[in-house]
Amino acid sequence: MHNEHIIPTDHATAAEVFLQDEERANWHDKALWFIREKRDVATKQIPDWELLRETASQIKQNVLGNLDNYLEQFEQNALQNGIKVHWAADAAEHNQIVLNIIQQHGIQKLVKSKSMLTEECHLNDYLLENGIDVIDTDLGERVVQLAKEPPSHIVLPCIHKRKEEVGELFHIHLGTEKGASDPAYLTEAARQHLREKFLTSDLAITGVNFAIAETGGFVVCTNEGNADMGAHLAKVHIACMGIEKIIPKAENLGVFLRLLARSATGQPITTYSSHFHRPAKGQEMHLVLVDNGRSVQLGRKDFYNSLKCIRCGACINTCPVYRRSGGHSYHYAISGPIGAILAPNMDMRKNADLPFASTLCGSCTNVCPVKIDIHNQLYKWRQVLGEEGYVPATKKQSMKAMGSLLANPTLYRIAGKSGRTMMRLLPGLANNKAMNPWAKQRDMPAPPKESFRDWYLKNKKQHD
Amino acid sequence: MKVGLFIPCYVDQFYPQVAIATLQLLEKLGLDVDYPLNQTCCGQPMANSGFEKYAKGCDALFTKNFAQYDYIVSPSGSCVLHVKEHLHDDKNPAEAKHIQSRIYELCEFLTDILQIKDLDARFPHKVGFHISCHGQRGLHLSQMSELVAEDFSKPGYLLNMVKDLELIPLNRKDECCGFGGTFCVSEEAVSVKMGKDRVQDHLQHQAEYITGGDMSCLMHLEGILRRQKSPVKVVHIAEILNGSYA
Repeated sequence: MHNEHIIPTDHATAAEVFLQDEERANWHDKALWFIREKRDVATKQIPDWELLRETASQIKQNVLGNLDNYLEQFEQNALQNGIKVHWAADAAEHNQIVLNIIQQHGIQKLVKSKSMLTEECHLNDYLLENGIDVIDTDLGERVVQLAKEPPSHIVLPCIHKRKEEVGELFHIHLGTEKGASDPAYLTEAARQHLREKFLTSDLAITGVNFAIAETGGFVVCTNEGNADMGAHLAKVHIACMGIEKIIPKAENLGVFLRLLARSATGQPITTYSSHFHRPAKGQEMHLVLVDNGRSVQLGRKDFYNSLKCIRCGACINTCPVYRRSGGHSYHYAISGPIGAILAPNMDMRKNADLPFASTLCGSCTNVCPVKIDIHNQLYKWRQVLGEEGYVPATKKQSMKAMGSLLANPTLYRIAGKSGRTMMRLLPGLANNKAMNPWAKQRDMPAPPKESFRDWYLKNKKQHD
Repeated sequence: MKVGLFIPCYVDQFYPQVAIATLQLLEKLGLDVDYPLNQTCCGQPMANSGFEKYAKGCDALFTKNFAQYDYIVSPSGSCVLHVKEHLHDDKNPAEAKHIQSRIYELCEFLTDILQIKDLDARFPHKVGFHISCHGQRGLHLSQMSELVAEDFSKPGYLLNMVKDLELIPLNRKDECCGFGGTFCVSEEAVSVKMGKDRVQDHLQHQAEYITGGDMSCLMHLEGILRRQKSPVKVVHIAEILNGSYA
């Protein structure tokens, strides 16, 4: 399904396409900035926000340093609780495990609440290919599912769609009135549509926000209660999680639940923070623990702490590049700055453009509730990609030449002077839109006759 | 106190008046300022493109030029941050370290080291201040909008000393302008859109001038203003503080 939505080449090209509709880009930017501002207000309403971030970061630091132990402790407690635990080394194994459980129960359709892990593993595509009907029950995810698109944001999957576009999709798929775009009306239609799906599904898949080592239980956070509706009504519940979702103790939730929703949307807490410990009577509960590149990332000294991420999306909302390029331009399940430091770990060649889709402004690092130094990691990924040969050869050659030129003061001065002279004599060349991308939408600076150094030699040096 | 003046390459070549203002301002404040004649660039363009290794020549040259000074001062937060975070010189590591601990962006040098209390400058205009990201989030020149912390602004403190200058408010006080070094051409569409949005915020609040601590960001905003045929001008903060803007 996702394959039908082909993303044009790299981030810069996709962003250019996104920006062709400037009015939409303005609206997208404002919608996300509104959430960023809501987050700012929420962070100021509780004492010691910065201390809370530091605490969360340190708890996760401990988790990542002892992940093997915590995972074993978690598994043992989960098994004791009666949860069936599965381990998947990669996306393919994860998908196979999920399919096996489904087929063992002879199930043809299921409901799924939001899980970025299953997006990362392309589970929906895989299940569809195997004849299983998957209904995404998060409203935003249902919208993009009907549109045959991947989510463009990890918390707000259809933030790139206007209500009129949602109205059109619902008219086609759910039979709402043509032209209707009232959010209350559309939401009610979706609610009725999904209710029928919940009631008739024998299996529910959910994600996991936090898995607690000491209890063997896990927490799923939603605003719509759709994870609960699915999991409580179905005979089988499969929860899928990345292995980094572990926290040591239940009391740590007091830190993470306070950070998560405030960072994500500016809410004090998600409407539903549901704690699952064991299957209900007559029910079956499965948990799939997925590595899929995480232990490789854990071994990267400069990048391991990206695994602290709790998927709040704050870095995405604040990113001035994301707001003006849209989530699909990142061509990876997780978009924005955090996606740009996770994606190269999965495939450097395919995702080599993403660490460059940033001005390194650093706002992402400042909003991160677990203090991942995102912008520093973007810089460091650029070095890795340069070293490993994933930066275009033309860029490499020009940087090499520039480096040599700037290491030589005489050459630098000759180049500077001749460059300025050229610009003065042939302004049309410098302002040529086809040859100089700067000049497409910007004027070039007016070149002065003399450099500062020239001026200094003339006016200052003689007085020394 | 011996001060070495570091003028970024693009300022040397395109905005000599900014360098002149910086030099004059420091000299007016009674400092003994040297301009090492063989300086070029901090190496940031190569490093930010993923090629720190091609910046090694720049790094060695930088160390050679500036190791002898008590303080190194520059009218650019971005170049200063790059030196602070990424200057490597395998042959002279102690000298490189000395430079990293002694290099200052102009505004923070005035407020933190010289601790100036007043200035002889007048600028009777409505001015929008663009805080560049590397100065803001790298050097902490003012309170960052993302953090819960006390409000302060080093450049704002200095601009408040300028007679008749009216500092306008902005809707987004520290949003990136989209220059981003090579980003400005490799992601041309996003870069320009970010710049247009920044310009709009200043225009909406009736700025006559946009000032800032980094000429690179201002060059980008200026390019957009000129293309839009806007009468609004850009001016580096050094020119305002020096009272030399013509």
